[in-house]
Amino acid sequence: MSLRNLGIVYRKELRDLLRDRRTVISMIVVPMLVIPLLTAGVGALSFHQVKAAITQTERIMILGGDDSAKTTAALRKLDNVEFVPADPDYKKMISDKKIGAAVEIPPGFEAALNNGAPATVHIYDYQGEIRSETAARTLRDFFQNWRDTTVNDRLAARNLPADLLKPFDVQTDNVAPPEKISGNEIGAFIPYLILMMCVAGAIYPAIDLTAGEKERGTMETILSSPVRRIHLVLGKCLMVMTASFTTMVLSLTSTGISLFCIKYFGADLTRNNGFNVNISPVSLLEVLVIMLPMTVLFASVLLAIGLFARNTKEANSYLQPLMMLIVFPAMLSLLPGFELNYHLAFIPVVNVSLLSKEILSGTFHWNYIAVVFGSSCAYAAVALTVAVRLFKRESVIFRA
Amino acid sequence: MVEVHELTKLFRDKKRGEIRALDRVSFRCHPGQIYGLLGINGAGKTTCQRILATILRPDSGTATVAGCDINAAPEQVRANIGFLSTATALYDRLSAREFVEYFGRLNGMAEPVLRARIDALFTLLDMHEFRDRRCGKLSTGMKQKVSIARALIHDPPVMIFDEPTLGLDILTARTIVGFIRDCRARGKTVIFSSHVMSEVEKLCDMVGIIHGGTILAEGTLAQLRERTGVQDLEEVFVKIVEGKP
Repeated sequence: MSLRNLGIVYRKELRDLLRDRRTVISMIVVPMLVIPLLTAGVGALSFHQVKAAITQTERIMILGGDDSAKTTAALRKLDNVEFVPADPDYKKMISDKKIGAAVEIPPGFEAALNNGAPATVHIYDYQGEIRSETAARTLRDFFQNWRDTTVNDRLAARNLPADLLKPFDVQTDNVAPPEKISGNEIGAFIPYLILMMCVAGAIYPAIDLTAGEKERGTMETILSSPVRRIHLVLGKCLMVMTASFTTMVLSLTSTGISLFCIKYFGADLTRNNGFNVNISPVSLLEVLVIMLPMTVLFASVLLAIGLFARNTKEANSYLQPLMMLIVFPAMLSLLPGFELNYHLAFIPVVNVSLLSKEILSGTFHWNYIAVVFGSSCAYAAVALTVAVRLFKRESVIFRA
Repeated sequence: MVEVHELTKLFRDKKRGEIRALDRVSFRCHPGQIYGLLGINGAGKTTCQRILATILRPDSGTATVAGCDINAAPEQVRANIGFLSTATALYDRLSAREFVEYFGRLNGMAEPVLRARIDALFTLLDMHEFRDRRCGKLSTGMKQKVSIARALIHDPPVMIFDEPTLGLDILTARTIVGFIRDCRARGKTVIFSSHVMSEVEKLCDMVGIIHGGTILAEGTLAQLRERTGVQDLEEVFVKIVEGKP
């Protein structure tokens, strides 16, 4: 095999495509600008919403409680709470977001407590609405404490120890390392992002170098040169892989920078909300290596589609079902509870998606890694062979 | 030297079934000679030339181009030909120089030789003014010059021209015709196809009248006129195609 010719074809395709605005947009501008803007934008917006919900003064209505002065007085001492006058239309006011929540203290509440009789406090909120739920949580916390205080008072009155009703504690301790936790959280999203960017970066160059060449009439020009068909396909495949890999790496880099910025600039919020970005660069590198055969597979499949199509319009119409075949398996990494096994390790896209998730969460099953890498290489080799064979078929190249 | 021996090519079409695009076509063209394939659209001219350029494979028969067999050594055949047709377009995003350089490198030319050859060709074809302009921004005439430079960059002994003046204005077409004559003068073997009688009259030493994939008649213009008994080439062509020679 003449590596010289392969290099000549590759360098020409690279130069040609880098001068194409659409390729530059899909390969560089989208991953470097659009993805960080989306990540940072959506992140900033959601953190802003959470922050607003946490720091804003909650509006709460007390219904009843006129004969329970001690309870209502303690309630009114809560910080960051504005109490609004009682209104029989409180449910509508909660629905209309005029108040966050309402608490109904039954008549004779304190008298019942003093007599040891049962009593029920009702809290009204609007589930799914973050500000309403925050207000309801404040009320629940208050009455939980109030109940504990009442129990302690009762025990003290009877000269009984405070831990009589709490014979033991239950405590949960995390044994997962930080990268494992973040691997499960962010790590579920990263394989999906990588796979999508891997395909997105390959689509335009693959179609341009095949169906585009047919359309522009340059296919016959290059076929009349002494270069062997296999060198032409491999040169084009290398170019598509370069575009795919570059898009993937740039997307990861820009996403990493965005996540770092969110973590750094929104440190107080992310800490409180369990947002954890702690993925090892070594794991990321390993994922990129696992993705290498996938770039060959995607490049070859897309080249084969582009070769088969009569023109770029026809090629684009074939891409829609292909994207479905990639998007849905790639999304499996986002589903909780989906774990890699020997059956799934042989299914393309699904296997690398789940394996990448495992690697990013710090788990290394070398047997799975070997099976996934091996099967991916085999699929890539088959796809590349198909692309080369298609390139040698007159009925495909000159398909009218 | 090009020797074509009983070339046959079949195309399979879902609607029309099997189409015999070439049926045992044979001819020979010597160095310093222009062989013209004259025929209407769909006669088999392009298929024959694509087979000679090894872009298509024959179903049976063979040909040797500069001593290389098209079936056994397609890469060597392509290294010995310059192929030019209206279907051989340029890469719009490459400059004229980059485009010609690319094909020179694919032909295995060393860099110093390639640079010298590009300089000589660009001077010959008066291309220096637009050498660094992208092909997509060139006029039709300029593009045709770039195509000629591309076909000639490796100085092949055999040139194949498939309707090279189709769709060109008269001045550009004259440049091409002059260039084809120049190829003959420099001892190259030239295969030329056209359906334009005047061009064939001006250029060809030998003419093969091709119709329905078969060469119906072959000879010099004088021989064909003598055979049909008419002087006008158009009449000669019609008589042969209609089977009344």
